[in-house]
Amino acid sequence: MRKKILDMTTLDKNLLKELDAYIDSLVGDKKEHLIHVLHKAQELFSYLPQNLQLYVARALDLSGARVNGVVTFYSFFNENPVGKYTISVCMGTACFVKGADKVLNRVIELTGTNKNEMSEDGLFTIKDVRCIGACGLAPVMTINDKVYGKVKPNDVDDIIRHYRGREHESK
Amino acid sequence: MKVNSISDLRAWKEKCPKKIDYKINVLVCNGTSCMSSDSEMIIKMMEKELTTHKLDFEIRVIKTGCFGFCGQGPIIKIEPDDVTYVQVKVEDVQEIVESHLMNQTVVSRLLYQEPDQTDNVHQSSGMKFYKKQMRIALRNCGEIDPEDIEQYIVNDGYLALAKVLEEQTPEEVIDVMKKSGLRGRGGGGFYTGLKWELTRKVKSNEKYIICNADEGDPGAFMDRSILEGDPHSILEAMMIAGYAIGANHGLVYIRAEYGVATSRLRKAIKDANEVGLIGNNIFGTDFSFHIEIKLGAGAFVCGEETALIRSMEGFRGEPDRKPPFPSEHGFRDKPSSVNNVETFANVPAIILNGAEWFSEIGTKYSKGTKVFALAGQIRNNGLVEVPMGTTFKEIIYDIGGGHPEGKEIKAIQIGGPSGGVITKDYFDTQIDYDSLINMGAMMGSGGMIIMDEDNDMVQIAKFYLDFTQDESCGKCTPCRIGTKRMYEILERLVNMEGNPEDLERLRVLGENIKNTSLCGLGQTAPNPVLSTMKYFREEYEAYAYRTKKTAYSINPKLCVGCTKCARNCPVDCIEGKVREVHFIDETKCIACGACYDACPVNAVIKP
Repeated sequence: MRKKILDMTTLDKNLLKELDAYIDSLVGDKKEHLIHVLHKAQELFSYLPQNLQLYVARALDLSGARVNGVVTFYSFFNENPVGKYTISVCMGTACFVKGADKVLNRVIELTGTNKNEMSEDGLFTIKDVRCIGACGLAPVMTINDKVYGKVKPNDVDDIIRHYRGREHESK
Repeated sequence: MKVNSISDLRAWKEKCPKKIDYKINVLVCNGTSCMSSDSEMIIKMMEKELTTHKLDFEIRVIKTGCFGFCGQGPIIKIEPDDVTYVQVKVEDVQEIVESHLMNQTVVSRLLYQEPDQTDNVHQSSGMKFYKKQMRIALRNCGEIDPEDIEQYIVNDGYLALAKVLEEQTPEEVIDVMKKSGLRGRGGGGFYTGLKWELTRKVKSNEKYIICNADEGDPGAFMDRSILEGDPHSILEAMMIAGYAIGANHGLVYIRAEYGVATSRLRKAIKDANEVGLIGNNIFGTDFSFHIEIKLGAGAFVCGEETALIRSMEGFRGEPDRKPPFPSEHGFRDKPSSVNNVETFANVPAIILNGAEWFSEIGTKYSKGTKVFALAGQIRNNGLVEVPMGTTFKEIIYDIGGGHPEGKEIKAIQIGGPSGGVITKDYFDTQIDYDSLINMGAMMGSGGMIIMDEDNDMVQIAKFYLDFTQDESCGKCTPCRIGTKRMYEILERLVNMEGNPEDLERLRVLGENIKNTSLCGLGQTAPNPVLSTMKYFREEYEAYAYRTKKTAYSINPKLCVGCTKCARNCPVDCIEGKVREVHFIDETKCIACGACYDACPVNAVIKP
């Protein structure tokens, strides 16, 4: 089991090449840039499976445990696969007092997925996130980079339908 | 363009296009908030319309940072006419161009309307939202295009840096900062000049200036707005600080969630590098300075300076014991001065206008202005900058416009997860660092969440505890386990499974966590609970004695019998015929709030 998880040969060679190029471009003590390298790795692979973490560890001459410690400490890094669209519902104070929890519940209901999980069709990952600083628009929800402000639970239906429809068309 | 001397900069400033070179300037807000309501499309549309009408030579469109009036976005301001349009849609652009810009007829339907007046506001300077404000840190936000270095130069950009390099010794710069009385705007309120002096005194071959842009307080977004709206002022201030303490390297630690701010900052660094305003031998002097960006990855505790430094070094962001302070052993174990974004934003203005000018603003021990983020149950959501010593009342009612539906405001939460609540009895208090501490709250980064009678204070406290126990890094026991236990007690209370002894347990535990935690996060984590317990004890008791009403009800005087509530109720506990008063069966109600949201006449009463 262990061997299978940490088999680094299954990682996409082209993406690894890009990651290597990024690591080579860093100046100074490369170990210090671990968080930036992980950002780049996640940008390329969309999440950080353990074999990729080990790859980063080897490339920076760090222990796997050290890299895993950092990955699990910061909420920005995902160890599990993420859907094509990440729906983030802001749980900052302003959004909370304006009913963000109801928006989140509606999202969960409609996608049939739980927080921090990917929906079965691989389309959506649901996250409740810390204040994104758009408090004037509370409650706020983002789907990838698109920001939806003043969202009511009922609006969620249309928004989700829009993304499902788009997917349907592209097929 | 290459700036090799101070006279180069002055000459460049003369050559840069200015607002008066254009007949009209159209300022469109391009901050995160307005961008999410299509301000980018509005800008494109505006540019296209102006080209079609061949007006693009005399009318200039400026993509600015945040105006602060976020709740009314997207915002367009027309200068020199001093007209502000609010909630502009893409479809409105054509009318603005054809009516206002071509025929000098203001589009009145897009003007802001004060809640207590029937006429729309024609002059932006007459808007109550801006009248009591004083913009120092936000001086360029909403005024210039943050991605255009020339517009910063026109507004005296980099002249403060020029002034210190030309006229002042590092000790004199520190002296100016000390005399100005500027205190750190990130929370603690430590004197900035003193912080710089401590770092200057430590002998070392390498020192660092660090800008803390890890704005983690939920409800505060001033740092993001400054970085998005005026990134060069931060770079300039970091260099001034670098000169003062003897550092040649600056690092900005910024949240990975702040994508727009990061990209604008990157562009600013690149542009300043290209013209030689950042780099080796700035203005031909022997002062050199380099700035790089370090990304965070979503950890609230990294706003604490020792944790931030650990994170910049590529480790888990766990705080360290203080002393030794970062001014002695900081980044890479070298002396480092960590200052917050808003603090930096004040620096160039202080250098140019002098310490006396700054110290005349504010209260005895809190000088200058403070930016507050208004959110929650308030009409004018957004960013406001006021002199220290302004009262809560002025901020909420004069600037914020009061409650959106005219309800009574019950309390203000200030200082985020580290702060506390201010009740309406204290709304006349002048706000400064010390008055807030005396009231059991703290400045924090300046997020103000306005709450009305519908907001349950125990739930609010639980919300903050949920936040801090989740963000606790786990290094020290009081914070790791204590905040979790506090959260569990609160959860038990709101589930009606608690008992009166729980209140004392919460208080004792809270005090213990405050006294024994390692860093600021743990030491302040119990504040939201302790302060709400102090001022809203009856709300806690209602849960502890299990007398809290948990069902919704209907006000028969207001109900019009539209049946919306009954149709939306998931457990079918609402009875009533069309056009007759409805009733909620309180034994079946699950308090989901669906009826409350559905009611068009506010007849449903919250428990």
